[in-house]
Amino acid sequence: MTVPTAHVYALGAALFALGVAGFLVRRNLLVVFLSLELMFNGAIVTLLGAARARATAEPSTFALFVIFLAAVEVSVGLALVIALFRLRRSVDSDAAASLRG
Amino acid sequence: MSALLPLLVGLPLAGAIACAALHARVLSRRRTDPEARPGEILVGAIATGAASAAFVLALALFVRLLGLPAADRRIGASLGTWIDAGTLRVPASLLLDPLSSILALVVTGVGALIHLYSIGYMRGDPGFARYFACLNLFLASMLLLVLGANLPLTFVGWEGVGLCSYLLIGFWYGKGWPADAGLKAFVVNRVGDAGFLLGIFLLQKELGALDYASIGAAASTGKIPSATWAAALLFCGAVGKSAQIPLQVWLPDAMAGPTPVSALIHAATMVTAGVYLLARLSALFLAAPGVLLVVGIVGGATAVLAGLGALASRDLKRALACSTVSQLGLMFLGEGAGAFDAGIAHLTTHAFFKALLFLAAGSVIHALGGEQDLAKMGGLRARIPATFLCFCAGAWALSGLPPLAGFFSKDEILGGALHGGHAAILASLGFAASFLTALYSFRLVYLVFSGRENFAGSPHESPGVMLAPMRVLAALSLLGGALAWIPIADARPIAAFLAPVLGGEAAPGGGAEHVLVAALSFAVASVGFLLARRLWRDRGLAGDEGLARTALWRLAAAGGVLDAFYRGAVARGARLLAIACGVFDLFVIDGAVNGVGRAASAAGASLRALQNGKIQSYGIGIAAAAGALLLAGLLLGRG
Repeated sequence: MTVPTAHVYALGAALFALGVAGFLVRRNLLVVFLSLELMFNGAIVTLLGAARARATAEPSTFALFVIFLAAVEVSVGLALVIALFRLRRSVDSDAAASLRG
Repeated sequence: MSALLPLLVGLPLAGAIACAALHARVLSRRRTDPEARPGEILVGAIATGAASAAFVLALALFVRLLGLPAADRRIGASLGTWIDAGTLRVPASLLLDPLSSILALVVTGVGALIHLYSIGYMRGDPGFARYFACLNLFLASMLLLVLGANLPLTFVGWEGVGLCSYLLIGFWYGKGWPADAGLKAFVVNRVGDAGFLLGIFLLQKELGALDYASIGAAASTGKIPSATWAAALLFCGAVGKSAQIPLQVWLPDAMAGPTPVSALIHAATMVTAGVYLLARLSALFLAAPGVLLVVGIVGGATAVLAGLGALASRDLKRALACSTVSQLGLMFLGEGAGAFDAGIAHLTTHAFFKALLFLAAGSVIHALGGEQDLAKMGGLRARIPATFLCFCAGAWALSGLPPLAGFFSKDEILGGALHGGHAAILASLGFAASFLTALYSFRLVYLVFSGRENFAGSPHESPGVMLAPMRVLAALSLLGGALAWIPIADARPIAAFLAPVLGGEAAPGGGAEHVLVAALSFAVASVGFLLARRLWRDRGLAGDEGLARTALWRLAAAGGVLDAFYRGAVARGARLLAIACGVFDLFVIDGAVNGVGRAASAAGASLRALQNGKIQSYGIGIAAAAGALLLAGLLLGRG
């Protein structure tokens, strides 16, 4: 049984939309991060769906890069969250709304 | 070519710079010592020396000019090109011909005498060096005006003398009203100068050349299509500078300056620049007979009205100023009749006797400690006899009684007026003006020197340094006419000397016509003199009473009508315009500028709400934009 490509794309889109929704509605920065990762994964699923449908390697290569970049981004982003927590004693995103230093 | 010619302008200029430097040193010394005074002997010697050296130079050049054959009496000097822009080429060249030579002699000669007189008159004034710097600068500008070989150079001198006139009228600016008088002179002159400039522009456009030789040649062959306009515009400049109706209002006020300044600038030299300009451009004016008639009528009307003004004046210097306006009017009348040589002749003699009268008046004022009111004089004859004699010589010459200078030159003008076209109107204005001249000249003599003593204090005669120049000028007034203009058969020296420069034909001298004019003008002047003697010799200012009831007197006393008109209409109009401009500036211009600023900051304020620092609101923007792009791609990509 093969999963139709359209389903793979739908899964990717659903993951991405879930991520966007989470990003927009949640205030806890850790959850926001989680949503960000969901959006990455939605994109990766879509890329892999495309790789399978076209039988080419490029989308898979791209997906690997995204995974690698996501790992890097998480290390920086989490560091920022920790820094913010030290500063504000909170991981609420609205706690960082001040535009002054 | 002559290297001496630029030196003639350069000497007084150098004197002016030296005096200005000395004044600057006095000013810097005054910071520590408020009583610091310039070295008067040094300053006076530099300034008077420069003026006298210029006179000697002018005399030498005049002699050299006389040595040349009559047809090519021209000495030029070129200092390279001044302006070279497109079709406009103005060489910096000077020209000495019979006309400019006579003017240069008058300017430097009378100028040197007045410099000498000023040493006595200005003694002890804190601005002594400033005064002489301005006076020397005036001489340099006036010489540039006279010697410039083209209109732009003359214009530079023209504005230079205007500047010096402004500086010297307002010399005692601390008193307030002299500064206002200087401003008035400057502004009124500006009106005429605008015409002068437009005339220059027109000639440049039509002719492409601005030197007097080209203008003269083109005008006499009828090659200037709009000669009438050009002449009319240039006449505007002359009207302003020479204080003719309707721009005569500044000259009586110009008496706010020191009296020697009135003598030199506002009687003998600067105000005659208009007369000079017309003579210099005589060919152009002869090509515009309509303008020439206007010149004559303006001159005649000014001569009569200003004569009435002089008659009704109660201030010694103001009366002399009105008299100057009147005499300038006579010169214009002569030129308007085509007798340019007569205008220049009268300019020369007038420079002698009017400078003399002003210097003598200055001596009277000096003796009375600054008093200028005729009501507070009288009976001064015995107290200051030397001044009395000099003033008499001046008044005699002014009134046009023989055998003094004024008689001959005024005769020439009246003869020219009778000889030229429109004889009836010009000659009757001329004779009326000469009658008035004799009347007011002797009115002044009687009011100041005879009758009851109305002055306070004890008048004293002026020092020798002031009397000497007066004596020289008195001698010139006595002999000047006889020496230069006495008609010997048909040869009148000044007319013959000027003939190669001036266009038109000189009125013939001698003969029955001349005798008739001489007899008439003598009769008119004598009646004026006798009437003045009857009215004012014993009764002083009370002699005015009979005349004061006549309509003419009231007209004269209301000479301020034009002043009031200018103040009411022109000055107030300008002020209203300024207020309107101010309002426009405040609300429209500033409004636009402030409006742009306010709009920008309002836009910023409303956009600021977008940047609130919350990641999620940015995220909504990004998501919305991405969604919109996606939607657009879907819709358009399909289509």
